Amino acid sequence: MEFKDYYATLGVPRTATQDEIKRAYRKLARKYHPDVSKEPDAEPRFKELAEAHEALIDPERRAAYDEIGKRHERGQSFEPPPGWDGGFEYSGRGAEGMPGGGAESFSDFFESIFGRGGSGGGSARHGRGGAGAMPAQGGDHHAQITIDLEDAYRGASPTISLRMPVVDASGQASFQERRLEVSIPKGVRDGQHLRLAGQGAAGHAGAPPGDLYLEIRFRPHPLYRVEERDVYVDLPLTPWEAALGASVAAPTPEGQVQLTIPPNSRAGRKLRLKGRGLPGATPGDLYAVLGIALPPATSEADQAAYLAMAKAFIDYKPRSALEA
Amino acid sequence: MNDTSGDTSDGIVVEEHIVFSFAELCRASGAASVQLQALVDEGLLDPSGQGPQDWRFAGPSLATARTALRLTRELGVELAAVALVMDLMAEIALLRARLQTHR
Repeated sequence: MEFKDYYATLGVPRTATQDEIKRAYRKLARKYHPDVSKEPDAEPRFKELAEAHEALIDPERRAAYDEIGKRHERGQSFEPPPGWDGGFEYSGRGAEGMPGGGAESFSDFFESIFGRGGSGGGSARHGRGGAGAMPAQGGDHHAQITIDLEDAYRGASPTISLRMPVVDASGQASFQERRLEVSIPKGVRDGQHLRLAGQGAAGHAGAPPGDLYLEIRFRPHPLYRVEERDVYVDLPLTPWEAALGASVAAPTPEGQVQLTIPPNSRAGRKLRLKGRGLPGATPGDLYAVLGIALPPATSEADQAAYLAMAKAFIDYKPRSALEA
Repeated sequence: MNDTSGDTSDGIVVEEHIVFSFAELCRASGAASVQLQALVDEGLLDPSGQGPQDWRFAGPSLATARTALRLTRELGVELAAVALVMDLMAEIALLRARLQTHR
């Protein structure tokens, strides 16, 4: 595994004070926090930052890391020294949860130095004092799933793969890979959450398992834009279709429909197809946003057609409002 | 690593069909009860019912609570400012969606 330069991640020198580390982290965290950032790589960047901060902000961890850092550079291959075994004894608190919580954790590099107990994902936070004999319901987990808009129209049953931390009777943490077919109800919207009862962490001493929460994300669609329940699609028209009115085929996530374009339609006009948005108790609407596409005037015949139009509309002044 | 296959689970839309008790929302959001209490005191969460024992939280409370906790924990945003930050985030999300729609 690669040696990680946590100082470089935070952009601070090795001699930085704890306050300087904290300030550097806060500043970068505001830039890359997935809740507030629109940087495309916000989430992985923020994870790196959170891990670097977690390693350096605790003086004991930082001392251990500095000890290893004396012998390594960034990107260099790193093997934990023999007998290291992730077994540092820490008096401090465990690491706080990662963004998104649930099945996520810090890198293997972090875990090889500080141990798994140090990188508390969901399970550690809900540990309730570890593996005692007290029955305790398993923790609730969180994960994300990306679906297509069409899945939300029809409902879907994708199979997802989950990596869940499990803690055995001796307190050893490991990961369990699990496949689960999820039934996604139709009408679900971007940003909503699904609860999958009993699919979270296992309970202790016979207590019931926790639940799994899945945050729904829509994959960006090449044709459709979604705003809450409503769906928008761009519909280009020829100038004569827009001017004279027409019946044109328009795509919808449920298949093509024939759409009546009223005469004298302008670009930007929205035609509403009531109830053709996302389904639900109150279904959304579908809007066809009209655009006007001009055919290029390449041949002489094309140009003649435009000239004929110019003659016919000799008095049309589109810029009259701009004249002084 | 063990592999268990063949499991199926029905997803229930939290925002529409689920109401949380105080304890349930603590579990689901990973919040300590004092943290959740603070979110209520700050007006970020608005449960129905008289006291913590009777409180009922509507489905969207889960996302609100989790975002609020992330902002306080990971960015050090004060609780009083979290409400403002979340309002602004919602407004930006709406404006971005509008920009897409009226581009």
